[in-house]
Amino acid sequence: MTETATPKPLLEIKDLAITFSTPDGPVHAVRDANFTVMPGETVAIVGESGSGKSTSALAAIGLLAGNGAVSSGQILFDGEDIAHASEKRFVELRGNHIGMVPQDPMSNLNPVWKIGFQVKETLKANGLAGDNPKERVAQILADAGLPNPEVRAGQYPHEFSGGMRQRALIAIGLACRPRLLIADEPTSALDVTVQQQILDHLDTMTSELGTAVLLITHDLGLAAERAEKVVVMYKGRVVEYGPALDILRNPQHPYTKRLISSAPSLSAQRGDKHEAIVDEIVPGKVEPLLKVKNLTKIYDIRKGFGKKEKFTAVDNVSFEILKGTTTAVVGESGSGKSTIAQMVLNLLDKTEGEIVFDGEQIGNLSEKNLFKYRRRVQPIFQDPYGSLDPMFSIYRTIEEPLRIHGIGNAASRQKKVKELLEQVSMPASTMHRFPNELSGGQRQRIAIARALALQPEMIVCDEAVSALDVLVQAQVLELLDELQREMGLTYLFITHDLAVVRQIADNVCVMEHGKIVEQGTADEIFDAPKSEYTRNLLGAIPGASLI
Amino acid sequence: MPENQNFNPEDGLPISKVRAGKVSKYKIEHFVAPLDETPLQAVDSVKETGKPLSMWAEAWRSLRKQPLFIISAVLILAVIVVAAFPQLFSSQDPTYCALENSNEPGRAGHIMGFNLQGCDIYARVIYGTRASLLVGIFTTLIVVVVGGALGALAGFYGGWIDAILARLGDIFFALPLILGAIIVMQLPAFRDNRSVWTVIVTLAIFGWPQLARITRGAVIEARDADYVKASRALGLSRFHSLVKHVIPNSLAPIIVVATVNLGVYIVAEATLSFLGVGLPPDVMSWGNDISLAQQQLRSNPMMLMWPALFLSVTVLSFIMLGDAVRDALDPKARKGA
Repeated sequence: MTETATPKPLLEIKDLAITFSTPDGPVHAVRDANFTVMPGETVAIVGESGSGKSTSALAAIGLLAGNGAVSSGQILFDGEDIAHASEKRFVELRGNHIGMVPQDPMSNLNPVWKIGFQVKETLKANGLAGDNPKERVAQILADAGLPNPEVRAGQYPHEFSGGMRQRALIAIGLACRPRLLIADEPTSALDVTVQQQILDHLDTMTSELGTAVLLITHDLGLAAERAEKVVVMYKGRVVEYGPALDILRNPQHPYTKRLISSAPSLSAQRGDKHEAIVDEIVPGKVEPLLKVKNLTKIYDIRKGFGKKEKFTAVDNVSFEILKGTTTAVVGESGSGKSTIAQMVLNLLDKTEGEIVFDGEQIGNLSEKNLFKYRRRVQPIFQDPYGSLDPMFSIYRTIEEPLRIHGIGNAASRQKKVKELLEQVSMPASTMHRFPNELSGGQRQRIAIARALALQPEMIVCDEAVSALDVLVQAQVLELLDELQREMGLTYLFITHDLAVVRQIADNVCVMEHGKIVEQGTADEIFDAPKSEYTRNLLGAIPGASLI
Repeated sequence: MPENQNFNPEDGLPISKVRAGKVSKYKIEHFVAPLDETPLQAVDSVKETGKPLSMWAEAWRSLRKQPLFIISAVLILAVIVVAAFPQLFSSQDPTYCALENSNEPGRAGHIMGFNLQGCDIYARVIYGTRASLLVGIFTTLIVVVVGGALGALAGFYGGWIDAILARLGDIFFALPLILGAIIVMQLPAFRDNRSVWTVIVTLAIFGWPQLARITRGAVIEARDADYVKASRALGLSRFHSLVKHVIPNSLAPIIVVATVNLGVYIVAEATLSFLGVGLPPDVMSWGNDISLAQQQLRSNPMMLMWPALFLSVTVLSFIMLGDAVRDALDPKARKGA
């Protein structure tokens, strides 16, 4: 702690302002931002989408979008002001002074070049390829934790999983041993366990190389766990910065407080308010609303030349949901959880097993009974940008189910739409708007209103809050909870995020490779997980151990 | 890292990793911005000001500011007015031809001069607009309806419908438009009844596969969208979800291609007429006039230039309009907004 002389910061952002010129006038994306990154230090910038966190970091590497520019302030890299540096200077800096790991591992590798070639390209561009580039490339990939680096170097991006691609991108970012690595949401698209491995590895590598890391993330828990210093941004301004643990345990700015109280990974279990309802239901006495028994889904995968291979997406899954409760199905990508949702919604045929809803078999329903079933079970999908028809006004969107099922006349339907909007706390004037004018969270609330229109008994939420910022996510979860208490709704909640499960679920099924590996009440799963897999999932939730 | 290997005190099983956070060796100050600089706003508040805009309204708003759109729209509007009311633009009778005027240059009242037969070129160009425009508009309409419907069915239902329609389209695709049209126009049924309508039907026969393909692609993209899945879960039948959700969302590329193609069909008509297999000689059209003028190219080049100029400007306007509409409807361009 006792440094004789004050060390020189590696990156210093001073009164930075960034402005984008748009057809509707200038947009101030970042204003008066100040923070520093010391050599070898990890600094996390945290904020919701649109807070200016990525913009600030991209300015430091000269990669702002064409209509954006630093309008005032300084970006000092090792004492040199690079806020208005030439493209030539940035080309010199990029790679061997400042590296970058982009957000989306799926689109940031060129699909037509082998991984090895793409690493070699980076080395060559910085004159570090050496005499034996092949060996050097293998070494770099091995350092990034890819097994069989020689073989892997000869493969194309599509042969890599998301986690492996992100490792390859980290390898490229660190290939030239930069002094600063900018990691823009490096693990947001990955499963928690993979996220943990990748970040562990990034930690090890950067501390060995002495690289400073500027980590951009929306997850305060992750930031607090991985960084020494956290910078919180809100509406283009830095509202708070300080030592990571101090920020987490002793937040000062109301926005930081709000972030911490909403972050699912940091908050406690579902409130006591819900216990009362659950207590009234004595299991065994009440017939469950939904009973899934030995459910199996097998896909035929075409292998060419008429050869087929069977792939079991859902393998002998059984669970029950009591009326008025929430059952969460949790698993990583490819675990078959969404397939279950689609089968319960009768949008996909099952291969074997039973789905019984309120005593009635689903799957061989007649057209008429299926229509009735649709009225009782409604979905909410993951992507708020995809689940509303962009051509339909909000009014038509919410009215559509009423119209399909021939409920009421024009006047009564309009009244109903207003009521529904009120239920999801949206002003009635929203009904004349179109989905493209609403934010992700607002669209998701519209999707909830549409699902409620037919007064269903059960709602299937397929990753319904996964695409939302933490604050908006908390708001939507609260809304779902409130509606459940008011209307006695039953939820089947499909998610990859165990942290969210704790906020909403009564019962939990943990899935891996199509099978349920563990099921029980939320408290059982969180307090005394029995399977190794669940323990790994729980352990991988960032930040949970810090509070 | 073994030092991180901890054990759960309750059951003695290893916890894969306990992360305690990092502490910097540097002193880090804890900065808090004054609250009044960035007052907290309600989470995700709904914008209530401003007029609601549908996607079409928004496209229209960006479209009407584009110079490319304004120029092409004005030109097209002018062409349509000329086609509908040619007598407003020329006091001359285009069928009144006096051989004494043969190949005379322009003079007062006859600004473009006369052709070989002594007919007023300006009047013929003005009256010829109608045939060209009729062919363009009706061919486009038939192509959009037939090609669009077949493409939508193929894309939405897939399977054998798709396979059959795709092969059928391929067959028509393989024939070059002009060559195919020449052959069709030589069929007795067409040769004996040559009129504007035979040209329209011929062009439509070779035009629909392109539109079917575009529609099929757009429908496949829209058919897997979550809102279609959601509408099915609401109880909408497959066919109704096609009509209500999928097709309206596939319209943008169809409109763009149809607008550009309208110009292309006008050119195709002129080409066929020029080759003598398009419109019958008694129908006044730009293509026929260009064909007639060809023989006089050396002695009276202006005779060819005027109808060709009108043709080029009209076709160019439709292609420019298509480009402008594409820019306004391009989903990639509006994503960031």
